[in-house]
Amino acid sequence: MPGALVDFYAKHSRLIDQIGVNALLALSLSVSLQAGQLALAQAAFMGIAAYVSAILAMQAHWPLIATILAAVLVSTVVAALLALPVRRLRGVFLAIATIGFGEIVRVFANNLSITGGAEGLSGIPNDATTPVIYGSLAVVAFVLFALSRTKFALAVTLVREDEHAARGVGVDVGMVRTLSLALGGAIAGLGGALYAHASFFLTPTDFGFARMEQILVWCVIGGVTSPLGAVIGAALLSILPEVIRFLSDWREVTNGVILLLVILFAPGGLSSLWRRGAIRVR
Amino acid sequence: MSLTLDDVGVRYGGVDALRGVSLTLEPGRVLGLIGPNGAGKTTLVNAATGLAPLASGTIALDGERVDGLPSHRIARAGIARTYQNIRLFGALDVRGNLAAGAYARPGRLGTVELLRLLERAGIAGADLDAAASSLPYGDQRRLEIGRALAASPRVIMLDEPAAGMNPSETGRLVATIRAIAADGIAVLLIEHDMTLVRAACDDVVVLNFGEVIARGTPAQVGRDPVVVEAYLGSGAEALS
Repeated sequence: MPGALVDFYAKHSRLIDQIGVNALLALSLSVSLQAGQLALAQAAFMGIAAYVSAILAMQAHWPLIATILAAVLVSTVVAALLALPVRRLRGVFLAIATIGFGEIVRVFANNLSITGGAEGLSGIPNDATTPVIYGSLAVVAFVLFALSRTKFALAVTLVREDEHAARGVGVDVGMVRTLSLALGGAIAGLGGALYAHASFFLTPTDFGFARMEQILVWCVIGGVTSPLGAVIGAALLSILPEVIRFLSDWREVTNGVILLLVILFAPGGLSSLWRRGAIRVR
Repeated sequence: MSLTLDDVGVRYGGVDALRGVSLTLEPGRVLGLIGPNGAGKTTLVNAATGLAPLASGTIALDGERVDGLPSHRIARAGIARTYQNIRLFGALDVRGNLAAGAYARPGRLGTVELLRLLERAGIAGADLDAAASSLPYGDQRRLEIGRALAASPRVIMLDEPAAGMNPSETGRLVATIRAIAADGIAVLLIEHDMTLVRAACDDVVVLNFGEVIARGTPAQVGRDPVVVEAYLGSGAEALS
């Protein structure tokens, strides 16, 4: 690497890693939103996976890849199980139920001894390097791209557009909702495991409601039905605080203003600016 | 491949929306279903497509029971429908809506098949890349028929396909419906336009308060005093 690039990386490596993890988290919510599900439990899936991978690494000394796989498996199963009781919920009711689930997870993490309670865990092996994070992001992007060429993607679009009519053409709406939530859980789990291994500490506040809100804002700004939009939203809002550091006291206000501008002038998110007209089905 | 409803009843709360309805849809024939608003016509289609659970009776597709199956499995068994209030996938283009119709079929529709579907639905000139919601109202209704045909159904249920169409569009719809039946598909047509019913239907069933009050050819039904009293009034002339 040229010297300037090395310096740049050394200076910003933490931010670069954060962008990668945040992009994964945004993608995980995007998967649910694409199926029309305002399911806001991504932070909880992330947290569960983060604790699973951290505990396995610290107490059982599992290697990174094994802890990630175990964490993703657990978060996927939890998401699929959560899909069952919320099967009949839509819109704001689904949002409230899933936020409630997130709070339950946070309260458990706050009170269990294995998670270190409110103080959390410290001393997690710092082995989620930049190549690991971006390699994972590439794998997820490839899987999502491959899925976008299948009939499952068509089913997801149809469920989002009109569940009733989707059933009428033979789509198993319940299955599509469950699978999209489980897939979202898997990606959030991957993001959570990497988050744990890219930080030294892990506390319950790392995946509370504020985190969930942040993930939702990334997706709204990027475009709720566009995976690429979600990634761009996450990247933009991860970088922005660094770029406008002089406005750091006004960070929440700046975020709010950006959100408002996007909702007012590009309600479909930034991705809608380059994708006008009817949705094409491959 | 026929669809048989035997003694079908549907209850909403304490109200009988359908009671003891029996009818058979046969391949190549068009059965008209008429009756006043609230008579249970759409409920019958909802029952046959798994959206309204049966309180009594059975529904069988060529002898195989389909009642009690979830609606997506009924659709896959070969029963397609259109909706009284158009339910196209409005954000998708015309191609996407036809692809949606063919969701349960293996493989993908090629351009030749897509164009053929548009032709069968009577909108041969429609742009495959146009947003479905941008089509004129009558064309949206026809695209819904095209979407239903894309499933290669054995039974198709058309819920007021002429609603909102002008007389010349309605006239052309007759040819579309007869051509669908000529392909060996069993057709159920819910309609208020008696001129269309007479021109398109082989047989007619009349519903009132959830019960069958008459059945026969359009001409026979048009002469039935019970039907004239309950529903047709001056419209009876259109059927005879």
